[in-house]
Amino acid sequence: MSGGLAAPEGDLAIAVESVHKSFGPNEVLSGISLAVAPHEVICLIGASGSGKSTLLRCINLLEPISSGRISLLGQDVTRPGVDANAVRRKVGIVFQSYNLFPHMTVLRNVTLAPTKALGVPRQQAEEHAGELLARFGLADKRAEYPDRLSGGQQQRVAIVRALAMQPQIMLLDEVTSALDPELVAEVLDVIRELAAGGMTMLIATHEMGFARDIANRVCFLEEGRIIEEAPPAELFTSPGDERTQRFLRRIVDAGRMQA
Amino acid sequence: MTTSDPGTGPGGPGYGEDGPSLLSEGLSAGTPMVGFGTAGRGPRLLSGGGGRRATVVSSVSTLLVLAILVALFLAAPGSSQVRHTFFDLHDMWQSFIGNPKKGYYSVGEALWLNIRMFLVAEVLILILALVIALIRQSTGPALFPLRVLAMIYVDFFRGVPLLLVVYAVGFGIPALRVSVISSQSYAVYGVIALTLSYSAYVSEVYRAGLNSVHQSQVAAARSLGLSQSTALRYVILPQAIRNIVPPLLNDFISLQKDTALVGVLGAIEANQAAQIYGSTFFNYSSLTVAAILFLILTIPLARFTDRLIDRDRRRRLAGGVA
Repeated sequence: MSGGLAAPEGDLAIAVESVHKSFGPNEVLSGISLAVAPHEVICLIGASGSGKSTLLRCINLLEPISSGRISLLGQDVTRPGVDANAVRRKVGIVFQSYNLFPHMTVLRNVTLAPTKALGVPRQQAEEHAGELLARFGLADKRAEYPDRLSGGQQQRVAIVRALAMQPQIMLLDEVTSALDPELVAEVLDVIRELAAGGMTMLIATHEMGFARDIANRVCFLEEGRIIEEAPPAELFTSPGDERTQRFLRRIVDAGRMQA
Repeated sequence: MTTSDPGTGPGGPGYGEDGPSLLSEGLSAGTPMVGFGTAGRGPRLLSGGGGRRATVVSSVSTLLVLAILVALFLAAPGSSQVRHTFFDLHDMWQSFIGNPKKGYYSVGEALWLNIRMFLVAEVLILILALVIALIRQSTGPALFPLRVLAMIYVDFFRGVPLLLVVYAVGFGIPALRVSVISSQSYAVYGVIALTLSYSAYVSEVYRAGLNSVHQSQVAAARSLGLSQSTALRYVILPQAIRNIVPPLLNDFISLQKDTALVGVLGAIEANQAAQIYGSTFFNYSSLTVAAILFLILTIPLARFTDRLIDRDRRRRLAGGVA
């Protein structure tokens, strides 16, 4: 592991320290540690079941961890008595399957949390939502219901919905994996724009080309551990660990990344 | 890294048909609950072919079946007796309009009591059943005793015949002689009994509805920082209720006619009025009137339920594109 971040913990956006997480007898995270500085974009790669999604869900407190510590923006969020709702308002998460609310319009999907969790007046929330939707090319979809939208549009709405809470960190959980190939680009473009705007992001992805483009660092996970962590140019061209090499070779063989 | 305009992204193909199942389960709120078309009732198990010929065949076979049933009835040794006792038009009319001076009540007017009891009980059931369902679905350790109570409640009232509950409430509460609650009309006790019994059933329908909303919807709501109760109110419940409208209506069809059981307490509802007429004149055409009135009451709701089920099925077949 590189671990070359000298910044004091208070300055880290995300600090994960020896986190273990088990589902019953099944250990999914086996002592994982990760440090993310503000404005950094980190990509998590690895096979299905390597713990990428679970790590993101633990950081968002959707899953309680078994042991270890997670700090967000200098605050330990895994100690008892933490207000999980308050933490989640600062950390947006977007899921593989969009998970839009199917019984609400796009606009209502986006304004629900700001109005109900932050108490923003409805009109103000709608204005802000309108701006965000326009910024991501969804202005004409505000009155539509999610099942009228393409997968790419739904996923962009899901990103906007998370952004409406003005989070300081965004967690993206394989947000393009459920999309038809021709719809992937529009979603990746949105993420690129967020990165350009300085958003701190932790991205679990199977899009190796995208990871190579966008990440400051790429982490390869296997069996609930970070096996290797390096800038993308280094990790993709000269991976140090044998397991990383094996994984990347499989990806190349599957035609999912140019060698 | 600059963005290419996402607004030009493709929106045509792959219109969500292969999205996650929860989005294609026909939960769209885009279509209003009522006022849908009746076209395209979909395939039926017993129909063969379509068009005019099918209409002729089905009409003829319906008439034939009816004719056979009538013939069987007429062939029975006591059929003329039964015709006189149950289908006498004069008695049917007399019992329908009633004449309190002669000691019998209008069955038609008495039905109004059934309708009122149904309407009040329906609202109370929807509320009480939801409370029970939410308690049973709760997870907090502090609510454990409440969960046990709710479970006992459901087991008890689903297991005890409604008629016994009506008796117990209608005769038991007045016997307590507690000022206000022991001096209500039989209709009020009837509504209480119906509410107690039906809430047990309906709470299970609610529970099924709550379980039908995918866990990922809870995760999405909570991940946005919504509290559990806010997520429940705005995200989970609306979807759950959408899914259970047909079974709920089914229970309410049943409730409409079970209001007749309150007659055993002496409340003059349609069935009781019909029985009074019957035992006054030894003619039971009044019961036929009551039966017809209950049918008029329940059939519209039954057809409405069919339509909703049909609509849901069509939506699912359409792959979530409403």
